[in-house]
Amino acid sequence: MTNEEIKAKIVEQIYEIAPEHEGETIPETENIQRSLEIDSFDFLNLLTGLNEELGVEVPESDYGEVDTLEHMTDYFAKRMT
Amino acid sequence: MEETRIKKNPADFSVEPNMTSYEVTYNSFEWENVAKEFEGLPSGGLNIAHEAIDRHANGPLADKTALIWLGENGEERTFTFSQMKKESARFANVLKTLGFEKGERVYTLSTRLPELYIGAMGILKNGSVMCPLFSQFGPEPILQRMQRGDARGLLTTQRLYEKKIAPQMDKLPELRTILLIDAEEDMNEKVLSLPRLMEKASDMFEIVPTEPEDMSLLHFTSGTTGMPKGVIHVHKAMYTHWVTGAYVLDLHPDDMYWCTADPGWVTGTSYGIIAPWLHGVTNIVNEAEFDAERWYGVLQDYKVSVWYTAPTAIRRLMRLDIDPLESYDLSHLRLVQSVGEPLNPEAVVWGVEKLKMPIHDNWWQTETGGIMIANYISEDVKPGSMGRPLPGIVAAVVRQNGDGTVTEITEPGKDGDLALKPGWPSMFRGYLHNDEKYKKSFVDGWYISGDLAYKDEDDYFWFVGRADDIIKTSGHMVGPFEVESALMEHPAVAEVGVIGKPDPLIGQIVKAFVSLKSGYEPNEKLKRELIGFGRKKLGAAVAPKEIEFQENLPKTRSGKIMRRLLKARELGLPEGDTSTLEK
Repeated sequence: MTNEEIKAKIVEQIYEIAPEHEGETIPETENIQRSLEIDSFDFLNLLTGLNEELGVEVPESDYGEVDTLEHMTDYFAKRMT
Repeated sequence: MEETRIKKNPADFSVEPNMTSYEVTYNSFEWENVAKEFEGLPSGGLNIAHEAIDRHANGPLADKTALIWLGENGEERTFTFSQMKKESARFANVLKTLGFEKGERVYTLSTRLPELYIGAMGILKNGSVMCPLFSQFGPEPILQRMQRGDARGLLTTQRLYEKKIAPQMDKLPELRTILLIDAEEDMNEKVLSLPRLMEKASDMFEIVPTEPEDMSLLHFTSGTTGMPKGVIHVHKAMYTHWVTGAYVLDLHPDDMYWCTADPGWVTGTSYGIIAPWLHGVTNIVNEAEFDAERWYGVLQDYKVSVWYTAPTAIRRLMRLDIDPLESYDLSHLRLVQSVGEPLNPEAVVWGVEKLKMPIHDNWWQTETGGIMIANYISEDVKPGSMGRPLPGIVAAVVRQNGDGTVTEITEPGKDGDLALKPGWPSMFRGYLHNDEKYKKSFVDGWYISGDLAYKDEDDYFWFVGRADDIIKTSGHMVGPFEVESALMEHPAVAEVGVIGKPDPLIGQIVKAFVSLKSGYEPNEKLKRELIGFGRKKLGAAVAPKEIEFQENLPKTRSGKIMRRLLKARELGLPEGDTSTLEK
């Protein structure tokens, strides 16, 4: 899967968790929780959903590495090759 | 009942606790004696900001660090008591120049920025009333709370203003001024740049004389049948903050203290701002949301000794596959307290295993203004119990007899209403504009908390549940009525019933049962639309996380939706008394 495809999957999953952002451009480098106003429970659900979609589990200790769309894409890309 | 007890031996402690014997302190305690811990205003009267900041700034603690602020992107800013005095004086001068008067409500809507803490003290110095809002609220809860509390001023950020306030300014005609923390220039005559005003303001301010019974803070709390209620607190509440700071948080002058609560909720003001500063203790504020590695890093790097956090955070830490004491130097940590919702026994025991100390649970509410029942550093902990009443607090389990009288239940293990004897200093003094509701909170000489509990043979209290339909999610109270009202505005929705569905991580999640108007099909697309609709109006902290369609919702014959039944069905529990159910 290319980085763009991974990113598209993430964005799709964000729309699923926070449908009020459906169709919006998700900022690449801003903190996802802060800029989209999703709470930590939503964020956990987002990562659970992505685990199902992409088969990569993000352990609690790595949450700091998936704070932005860009970082999250990189994180998954590294682990999917 | 299986009895586990975590024994304490205060002789082994590195720091002698402020309260070495619970029984001795409890039996000899007098609230009047707390007065001597405060200086009072030079001109007479009592003001929280004076006792929390100025008193220290005028004395030997002037150059001591009052606030360490840790920004989301790794920045750090520190303020001494002397600097806090000056900055809050500037803020108070800004308010005064803008014509803000004693008793007027100034709201705050901000993430945890230093200006929020400076603003809190500045508002109190000006004799105005601080009314905190949670920055994750959506536009609807914000509007409800601002209208109900007669908002005259607002401290916020550009982003929050543009997103949540600007679109509904026409509904807030009484709102005179908005101060933007991060705007270089004024936007218009109402929406002003705070930095610009602060720059011009003097750093000297004579605190507006306030009396112990003058309103200091107005916090909103959720109702079960109506919209949120403004809970009135007064300057004298600091007596409770001081006592709980001493006996529950065991604050000592050299402590590094970190409370993880947001000042949008009462823990974040009573214990995230006021209590540590009354004790002249350095207060750490972390702007970022929960991140396990980062949080352990803060505990380590800032040598945190007393930590006040929440069950949700503890449970998240428990998910981490590490041994914290091997990965981090937490040698300074000597006390962990938790509040927000009952802490499960496993989490208390996890503390003993992983941090070498139990997590101490405690209980209180927005209405009580401060911690009322707690586990104490010097006392044995029974995992799962909220502990014993604070010295100065009389708590009991009572049965309401339905005729305006109550009977105290003395039999151990028997459930009833958790009640307190009125009169403690941080007791709420009213629900704003709702005297009737306030009076109803007191029955036969007791404040009825709305929580159900029992007491064991050692007088430890145990939480049983809520007496009403209020939802506790991530430690925050959510009123089902507020959520239902918002969803009802969607054209497809005929009826809504909202409940708290148990969740192992965050206590409960908000779940809505929806029946649709004719012509609408229950499908995934509509479900998603409704979830988005709720979130847009209410914000993630309040909106339902789950929606389930039902053709008909269970109602009483008078047409009231029976949330209790929805919940019983959700949980697969017996439906109980259904005699009033509409057939």
